Amino acid sequence: MSQAAGRALPRKEGRGKVTGAARYVDDLVFAGMLHGVTVRSTVARGRIRSIQYGFDPDPFTIVSAKDIPGMNAVALMVDDQPFLAADQIRHAEEPILLIAHQDRHAAEEARQSVRIDYEELPAQLDMTRSEDVFKSYLMEKGNVEGAFTGADIVVVEGEYFTGAQEQLYIEPQGMIAIASPAGGVTVWGSMQCPYYVHKALMKLFALPEDKVRVVQCETGGGFGGKEEYPSMIAGHAALLAWKSGRPVKLIYDRAEDIAATTKRHPSRTRHRTAVRRDGRLVAMDIDFLLDGGAYCTLSPVVLSRGTIHAAGPYHCENVRIRSRAVATNHPPHGAFRGFGAPQSIFALERHMDQVAAAVGLEPEELRRRNFLKKGQSTATGQVIHEDLDLAGLMDRALADADYHSKRKRFLRDNATSRVKRGIGLATFMHGAGFTGSGEVYLQSEVALEAHADGRVRILVSSTEIGQGTNTILSQIAADALGIGYDEVEMAQPDTGTVPNSGPTVASRTCMVVGKLVESAALGLRQILAHYEGLSFAEACAAHIAKHGVLRSTSRYQPPEGIHWDDEHYRGDAYGAYAWAAYVAQVAVDTSTGETQVEDFVARQEVGKVLHPVLASGQIEGGVAQGIGWALYEEVVYRAGRVVNGQMTNYIMPTAADLPSIRVFFEETPYADGPGGAKGIGELPMDGPAPAILNAVAQATGAAVNRVPLTPEKLMEAADD
Amino acid sequence: MIDERERMTFRLRVNGGEHEVRAWPMERLLDVLRLQLNLTGVKEGCGEGECGACSVILDGQLVNSCLIPVLQAEGCTIVTIEGLAMGDTLDAMQQAFVDEGGAQCGICTPGMILAAVDLLRRNPSPDEAQIREGLAGNLCRCTGYARIVASVMSAAHAREARKNQ
Repeated sequence: MSQAAGRALPRKEGRGKVTGAARYVDDLVFAGMLHGVTVRSTVARGRIRSIQYGFDPDPFTIVSAKDIPGMNAVALMVDDQPFLAADQIRHAEEPILLIAHQDRHAAEEARQSVRIDYEELPAQLDMTRSEDVFKSYLMEKGNVEGAFTGADIVVVEGEYFTGAQEQLYIEPQGMIAIASPAGGVTVWGSMQCPYYVHKALMKLFALPEDKVRVVQCETGGGFGGKEEYPSMIAGHAALLAWKSGRPVKLIYDRAEDIAATTKRHPSRTRHRTAVRRDGRLVAMDIDFLLDGGAYCTLSPVVLSRGTIHAAGPYHCENVRIRSRAVATNHPPHGAFRGFGAPQSIFALERHMDQVAAAVGLEPEELRRRNFLKKGQSTATGQVIHEDLDLAGLMDRALADADYHSKRKRFLRDNATSRVKRGIGLATFMHGAGFTGSGEVYLQSEVALEAHADGRVRILVSSTEIGQGTNTILSQIAADALGIGYDEVEMAQPDTGTVPNSGPTVASRTCMVVGKLVESAALGLRQILAHYEGLSFAEACAAHIAKHGVLRSTSRYQPPEGIHWDDEHYRGDAYGAYAWAAYVAQVAVDTSTGETQVEDFVARQEVGKVLHPVLASGQIEGGVAQGIGWALYEEVVYRAGRVVNGQMTNYIMPTAADLPSIRVFFEETPYADGPGGAKGIGELPMDGPAPAILNAVAQATGAAVNRVPLTPEKLMEAADD
Repeated sequence: MIDERERMTFRLRVNGGEHEVRAWPMERLLDVLRLQLNLTGVKEGCGEGECGACSVILDGQLVNSCLIPVLQAEGCTIVTIEGLAMGDTLDAMQQAFVDEGGAQCGICTPGMILAAVDLLRRNPSPDEAQIREGLAGNLCRCTGYARIVASVMSAAHAREARKNQ
C-alpha cells in the first residue's frame, strides 16, 4: 500500500463540487418550508420606542424577544449578545424581529414595511476613545522601563492602523431549522463549528443536549466568518420554526451578510523600541488595541493571539505588551483567518523597517541580527527547542525573489520613472492550535468506525469548508491503518452522530484533530492485532461478527513538556509555530496612487506537508486575502452602518489583480503532529500586508502605516 | 405581493432537454433554474452580477443568470454545470479542476468551470495573463486563483494533446 500522505490525491468531495451535485444549505428544500427574514436596527445606539408592522400580520409568523423560550443571548464566551434586541440597541443591523412566510418575496416586502421608532443615543464609534474594555492583557518579559536610556540606544516610535475586513466567503450565510417543543430543534446549515451552534441552541431553547441536533451542509467558505455568527442565524431560523411549526429557511443575501455579520477587528498598534546602534533589539514596548464592536463575541481570544504574536520571531530580553479589546457601537467584530495576529504582525513588520532605517541597516540585516534561535525564548518566555534557522529561511526567500538585485535596480530606476517599484519583506511566525491551555479545555474527541467490508469512517465535528479537512484526515487515517485512501470515508458532521472534535478554527484541524485521528487509527489497529493472519477487511469482519461494532476513539492529551500560566500569560503559548518569510514586489503608479503586486514569494516551514496541492492552495488563498486586506478591501462605515455592502463596492481581488504567488515549503517534521505536520491555514494571512507596505514605502518614500492602502490613502501619506 | 395570474409560460432548452416553465416575466433565470428545474449547481453569491457564481452559458454566451429575466431566455439553449459531464465521465475541464486543485470550497466552482469552458472556446490555448483576464468576472475567495489558472492550463493542454493524437 503506497502512503497517502505527501501525495496530491483527489479531494474527497471534489467530484460533487465540479459537477454541481454538492448540496449547500440553500440547495435544500423541505416540504411546507417557510422563508425567514430579519428586521434590523437602523441606528447604532438607542432604545426602541415602538414597532409598527405596516402589513397585515395574520399570514406571517413573527418572532420578537418575548417569544424566546430560554436564554436571549448567544452562548459563546460572555453571554452578552441578544438573539433579538428587546429594548436597547447597541449597534446598527442588530436583529429585532423575525418574519417568515411561505413566499420569500412576501416575507421581504413585510420586512421592508416594518417601522421602528427609536430614541437615539450618542454612539461610540472611535475605539481610541472607548473606555469600555472587554478584555486586557499585560505581558511582560525582563524590564522595559529601564532599557530606554543609554548612550548606545536609539529609540524608534511608530503607530500603525488596520481596518475591518469582510470574510466574503462566496456562499452567503444560511440555515434551515425544524423545531417543536416535542421534537426539539434540528438545524442544517453553513458553518465551521457545529458544537458552537449546538451549545447556543440548547441555551436559547433551554433544551437538553439530546434534543438539539446540528448538521453541517457543504459549506462555501468560512475564513472565520462562519465560526460564531452561524449560532445567531441558527437561533433565528429555529425560533421561527418553533413558533410556526413549519421548517424555516433563513438565507442572507450579500448585502445583509456584509452589513450584519462579523468582520476582522480594526486595530491600532503603538511601538516604542529601544535598539542598539549595531541593530540589536534591547526593548520592545507595544500597545495593541482592537475594536471589538458592540458585543464581546470572541474578542478576548482574538486579542490574546494578537498579543502573543505582537513581538514576532525576534529575540529581545525586555518586552512589554499591553493590549485591550474595547467596546464600540460598530456591529461586533469576530473571527477572521489569523485571528488578531495579522493586525499585530502588520504593525511589527512595518515597524522593523523603520527601526532598520533608524540605525542605518537594510531591513533584512536588522531582522537577521535579531531572529530567535534555538535555546532563546519568545515574548511569553517559550523556549525554542527546535533547530530554528530563520536567517536561512529568509535568505532563501530573498533569493527566490531576486531581492537584492531588484532592490538596487528599483532604487536606480525610480528616480526617473512615474511608476515606482519596490520590494519588501516580512518575517513572522504563527502558532497552531488554541492558545495556551485552550486545547486542554476543549478535550476534543474523534472516533473511527470500521465496517465489515474493511471501509473505515471518520467521525469528527471538524468541518470541510474548502481547506481540505476531508482529504487530509482521510490521508492520515489511511496511512495509520495501512489501508488505501479510497477505503476511508468521512461522516457528515452531525452532532447527533459525531463526537466533538472541537471547532474548525485556529489552524488546528490537521495538527490537533489529525493527531487524534492518527491515534484512534492506531487504537483500531491494536484491536485488529488479535486477528492474526487475516487481511484488514477480514479482521474487521471477524471482529464485527463477534462484537457487533468496531469503533475506536481518541481524546486530546497535551504533548509532553507543554506548560502555560494563564494568569501571567507566560509559558508555551502554542505547541508549535509555523515560520515564514514573504517577499512582495510592487509597482506604484504615482499619478493614480494605484499599487499592483507584481510578484509574491511565500516561503514557510510548516512541518511535513501532507498534501502538496492543498497546502499550496492554503498559502495562495491566504496570500490573496492578505493582498486584498493590504490594498483593496475597505469597509466604509457611516454613523456605524456599513455603506459599501456589495461586491460592487467592497472590492476583493480578481484573478487579474493578483500576481502568480510563488509558494515554497521547508519541511521539518514536527514530532507531535500527524505525519510530522503542523498548522497552516492562518499563517499566509500574516505576511502579505507588511511585505507589501514595506515595498510601497521603499518605492515611494511615503510613511505608509495603515491598511488598506487605497490610492486615496497612499496619496494622503505621500503628501505628509 | 406578486400576482399569480401574471405568470406566463416560457420554453427553455436546458442541458439538452426541453422544458416549459410557468414564471413571472421578470423572474431571474437563476431562480427558475434552481427552484423549478432543481439545477442547484447554479449558485447565488451576490445577486448583482459581480461574483459569477450563477454563470450559465446561454445561446453560447457566458451570462450571469441573476441578471437575466426569464423572459429574455425564452426559446434559448442553456448549459449549466449539470450539463457538462457525459454520464459518469467528467468534462475535461471538470477533471482538470479535480486533478489540479481548482476547487476548494466549491461554491464558485460551477460558474468558474463554465467561464473556463467559455474561455477555451474563444481562445483554445490562452497564456496565463489571458486566463486571468478571461476569468476576472468570476470571484473565488479560497484559491487566490493559482490552482484555477493551473486547471485551465491543464485542460487546454489535454485538449491540444488529444487533437494531436
